[in-house]
Amino acid sequence: MSRTVTTQRKAINTALAWGIGLLIFFPILWTFLTSFKTEATAIADPPVFLFFDWTLENYSVVTERSDYARFLWNSIFIAGGSTILGIIVAVPAAWSMAFVPSHRTKDILLWMLSTKMLPAVGVLYPIYLLFIKMGLLDSRLGLTLVLMLINLPIIVWMLYTYFREIPGEILEAARMDGATLRSEIIYVLTPMAVPGIASTLLLNFILAWNEAFWTLNLTAAKAAPLTAFIASYSSPEGLFYAKLSAASTMAIAPILILGWFSQKQLVRGLTFGAVK
Amino acid sequence: MILRTLGMASVAALCAATFATAETTLTIATVNNGDMIRMQGLTDDFTAKHPDIKLEWVTLEENVLRQRVTQDIAAKGGQFDVMTIGTYEVPIWGAQNWLVSLNDLPAQWDVDDILPAIRGGLTIDGELYAAPFYAESSMVMYRKDLMEAAGMEMPEAPTWGDIENAAAAMTDKDNGVYGICLRGKAGWGENMAFLTAMSNSFGARWFDENWTAQFDTPEWKTTLSTYINLMTKYGPPGASTNGFNENLSLFQQGKCGMWIDATVAASFVTNPDDSTVADKVGFALAADAGLGKRGNWLWAWSLAIPAGSDATDEAKKFVAWATSKEYTALVAANQGWANVPPGTRKSLYENPEYAKVPFAEMTLNSINAADPNAPTVKPVPYTGVQFVAIPEFAGIATQVGQEFSAALAGQQTVDQALAKAQALTVDEMEAAGY
Repeated sequence: MSRTVTTQRKAINTALAWGIGLLIFFPILWTFLTSFKTEATAIADPPVFLFFDWTLENYSVVTERSDYARFLWNSIFIAGGSTILGIIVAVPAAWSMAFVPSHRTKDILLWMLSTKMLPAVGVLYPIYLLFIKMGLLDSRLGLTLVLMLINLPIIVWMLYTYFREIPGEILEAARMDGATLRSEIIYVLTPMAVPGIASTLLLNFILAWNEAFWTLNLTAAKAAPLTAFIASYSSPEGLFYAKLSAASTMAIAPILILGWFSQKQLVRGLTFGAVK
Repeated sequence: MILRTLGMASVAALCAATFATAETTLTIATVNNGDMIRMQGLTDDFTAKHPDIKLEWVTLEENVLRQRVTQDIAAKGGQFDVMTIGTYEVPIWGAQNWLVSLNDLPAQWDVDDILPAIRGGLTIDGELYAAPFYAESSMVMYRKDLMEAAGMEMPEAPTWGDIENAAAAMTDKDNGVYGICLRGKAGWGENMAFLTAMSNSFGARWFDENWTAQFDTPEWKTTLSTYINLMTKYGPPGASTNGFNENLSLFQQGKCGMWIDATVAASFVTNPDDSTVADKVGFALAADAGLGKRGNWLWAWSLAIPAGSDATDEAKKFVAWATSKEYTALVAANQGWANVPPGTRKSLYENPEYAKVPFAEMTLNSINAADPNAPTVKPVPYTGVQFVAIPEFAGIATQVGQEFSAALAGQQTVDQALAKAQALTVDEMEAAGY
């Protein structure tokens, strides 16, 4: 009897999980489907779900009108560069906070996080002027630096949490065996924190890939990434939803595929602290 | 000696190659609408004539573009060489010396061919600060079949009474047909563009000659009451979130008996590829209340050169090409007369081929019916038909638009919305030093 109840509960939980999952995924699915419709079908009322004349015309128009490869390369450069740069800065910072904390460490961590509480537009103008002075407007390097700085608090916090799970005695043992600080971080700490570092890398790559405020405000033609590519298909006067959906699908496809293949690593890293 | 000669020859060749390939890159900021995208597709004609000029496009959504361009021009970022800006920005930015004067465009560009209403809106103290690419007004688009079925005829120049009668006759809510669709989404370029233009026909104005806000006048009460009454009785559900695109979608699907909006919509609703009512659409002038002013607006998307550009001469060549008569002929030859950018040149409306386009005459009449320098019945201290050309307007009108949109959604009464609009406008104008 109790077994039947368990099965029922399992079935309900499974159905609930699938329902919530599909609900969250539905906007992406709808965007994907709309990208294969004509503009007239895209706004049809009642909406058409699967049974329509599928067309690749929107993709053909979008690739003809925009240099997709350039936008893609800019996204890869900016997201990848800012993430790697962030990790290089954050690993030593998180190490010092996790293994040689001072009485101010908690305050510093909170202060770092507090910078995320300021609305980005509040510092837009100063950063814009700095970029003009430094010749960084519409450059991949400038955006890489800005996105690295913006995501740094999250990177440090995540790495700090992972490092705290690693017993300090292991590092002490390495030190007693004569390891220098550099070798301790590179050869002892980093290999043990690989799942955490990997998930931090992935999460920040995704955050930088999707970042739309700074990428739209600090770029023009040369350094514009895929967020600007999507924005160029938004129109207040004219119904171009099918083309906008095709552009959106092309922009999110690379990151979606990356996320799909690395989901095991991502989930493992994100639950690293919880399962210990 | 031979080596030295070879070396000098190499340097000379390198220099020659450098000069031969020296080119100027123009960065053009533009909006994503049909006419602008068409222009991007036809720029081979320009680059063939000017092989030393390379074009790079930055296409953005209208509000994002406005914010980006304002930010860049104010901070002297120099990111753009040519910008697409509207009639609202030109007088403000021109007065700040943020734009390069276009008075010296070549004679064959023929500045006298530009429609006077459009030229007037882009000229400050005798200096033309932007070249109009396409212009639009607003007009009534209605379903001829529904009017016929109701035994009615839409006058060519209707009054607001005619509009209400037509809306009542065409409304068939059981079958999902609503007599009238109007903008309800809050924003200075959304519901406030329509309502400000509508208010002109009722004799209302934003400010009197002393810059005192006028929302506490009977004219504004009549305007807002008429609008809310029309939309509540005959409008679609959820109208307070409908902007241009939402109403376009409703009209194309046959759910609106009538739609009063930008003349540029005429080419969309009559396009059989997208519209289910393409062959059933009639056009009329925007309505009036017998006071001598109609409720139609005037807007021109224009090309301007920011003062920070380091390629002013090349930018002028591009602006002259894109806004020329020759460009119009190029579009007509490639994509037909219905697709040429409308509303800017007299010669276009004198062309017998263009006269065959069903909405051509009504567009011209609508544009000519709007006067940015005398937009309403009483005198005003500002220019602009559906806007007030002062920097503070966008912020104030967006807030006022939110109050009016809330009234349409039934969250407050007309009197409450007008009282709040008056209070916030007075506060903002005082803070701005008026």
